[in-house]
Amino acid sequence: MENTALEKSVLNKRKTKSLILRFMVWLCGILTVGILAYILLFILVRGIPNINMEFLFGEYNSDSLSAFSSIVTTVEMIVISLIIAVPVGVFCAIYLHEYAKRGNKAVKVIRLAVDTLAGIPSIVYGLFGMIFFVNILGLRASVLSGVLTISIMILPVIISSSEEAIKSVPDMYREGSLGLGATRLRTVFSIVLPTAMPGILSGVILAIGRIVGETAALIFTSGTNVLENPTLDLMASQRTLAIHMYMLASEGLPYSKDMAFATGAILIIIVFIVNFAATKLAGRIGGLSNGK
Amino acid sequence: MENKEKMKIENINLYYGEFQALKNINMNINENEITAFIGPSGCGKSTLLKSLNRMNDLVEGVKIDGKILLDDVDIYKDMDATVLRKRVGMVFQKPNPFPMSIYDNVAYGPRTHGIKQKSRLDEIVEQSLRSAAMWDEVKDRLKKSALGMSGGQQQRLCIARAFSVNPEVILLDEPTSALDPISTMKIEDLLVEIKDNYTIIIVTHNMQQATRVSDKTAFFLHGEVVEFNETEKLFSLPKNKKTEDYITGRFG
Ligand SMILES: Nc1ncnc2c1ncn2[C@@H]1O[C@H](COP(=O)(O)OP(=O)(O)OP(=O)(O)O)[C@@H](O)[C@H]1O
Ligand SMILES: [Mg+2]
Repeated sequence: MENTALEKSVLNKRKTKSLILRFMVWLCGILTVGILAYILLFILVRGIPNINMEFLFGEYNSDSLSAFSSIVTTVEMIVISLIIAVPVGVFCAIYLHEYAKRGNKAVKVIRLAVDTLAGIPSIVYGLFGMIFFVNILGLRASVLSGVLTISIMILPVIISSSEEAIKSVPDMYREGSLGLGATRLRTVFSIVLPTAMPGILSGVILAIGRIVGETAALIFTSGTNVLENPTLDLMASQRTLAIHMYMLASEGLPYSKDMAFATGAILIIIVFIVNFAATKLAGRIGGLSNGK
Repeated sequence: MENKEKMKIENINLYYGEFQALKNINMNINENEITAFIGPSGCGKSTLLKSLNRMNDLVEGVKIDGKILLDDVDIYKDMDATVLRKRVGMVFQKPNPFPMSIYDNVAYGPRTHGIKQKSRLDEIVEQSLRSAAMWDEVKDRLKKSALGMSGGQQQRLCIARAFSVNPEVILLDEPTSALDPISTMKIEDLLVEIKDNYTIIIVTHNMQQATRVSDKTAFFLHGEVVEFNETEKLFSLPKNKKTEDYITGRFG
């Protein structure tokens, strides 16, 4: 009898423990989701009512704080910096994992560089971009200077996520391919990269997030200037949405705050769309590898 | 009647860094026969098998001396590894279909070697799957992912994939060790059926399997070939005491 009483008390203690633990887990979960939802709602509720055709597609002038030119430049920056950084980053990852011999000096240097670059605050990239691209290379404060600076900034994200993804491709796939008489190159492009694609894409999504949200690195390089009408001219100095938001928020005008929220809402919506599209894409590419 | 010698292994010594994994191996592999490699774990069976299509080249720090000839051509000196591997195919211990459709798995090899024409590819895919005795099983789901198949089907798909580049020699490294008895039987039957057109080398831990399928058997121990003889003779009248101990289960 005594024994079972003891067992019961131990059991009860365990039950309480697991109850408390479960409560904590729930609390943390609810807190996280709650804060996120609050921020989103806060911005969307204040921002969306201020979005109208004029704001989205109008001309920026003394009467209107239209975000049109900033939207176009944001998309332009995303596209071009990905076109630059993704191939470089993926090839770098391929070299690191598929071609370099273990203990190779170059590999150590590259890894060190990648890790260091990843830890540098973006304002330092901005400073570097201003000195190197804007001044030394004479590219002026332009979208091009911004794009180049941003490309360097997202490179570490792309390299490390691609390398992780490539690393996680089982060796037996490589052996299978080489065993059929395929070259290393064909093995990498036909087997390794497609298998690693979902992981590479998730790195690209992260990178897009950084580009969309970047201000510090761009203020010094592509500038805070805003044009009346959108342009794709790489040599123009033109702000992105994040900078537009920053500038509006720091202007003293009463309605410019509302417009800053509207810009924030557009930013959030763009991020949603991009993430959704990328996840869909990753799902389609990864579909076959999951046995569907 | 003795068959023609397809591969000759002459004085092969292989080192992984400092460690010598193969010691002075000499062996002739006959055409249209099945040769089995048996022996305890770590004795070098896979190592020798991988030397025959130079998959060892991929391992860092491997040193090999001696000669391996395929139709009297030195595969390490006078042959490109990709050409060699097309002629000497391999099936691995763990089924390793690519994460693609069944069709693309089998078409990968011919595509690698420059066949692009759809009708030709269709033909090769069907032929290879038929040779692996699984055409009827999969003909309605060629576009489905290969990873959705059972382990046994995956392994037979890998065999079909090996057939697809029309190899002369097929190396199999414990191809049935991860499979159930029925899948194992299917693969054994298949090997016996196709041996008239190929030269087959199979590594196995299963001595019944060696006796069931092979014409010749080599017994390995600590990186050496202790005995190499016709399977029947090796199992009924082993010449070496160590072989006898191993096949009667006294060690290993
Ligand atoms: N990549 C490698 N690097 C270093 N040593 C290795 C490597 N591969 C194998 N070896 C060693 O070489 C020896 C032979 O290995 P091998 O894989 O050929 O054995 P095996 O006969 O196929 O064994 P099993 O029956 O377990 O598959 C073992 O002692 C093993 O530890
Ligand atoms: Mg082995």
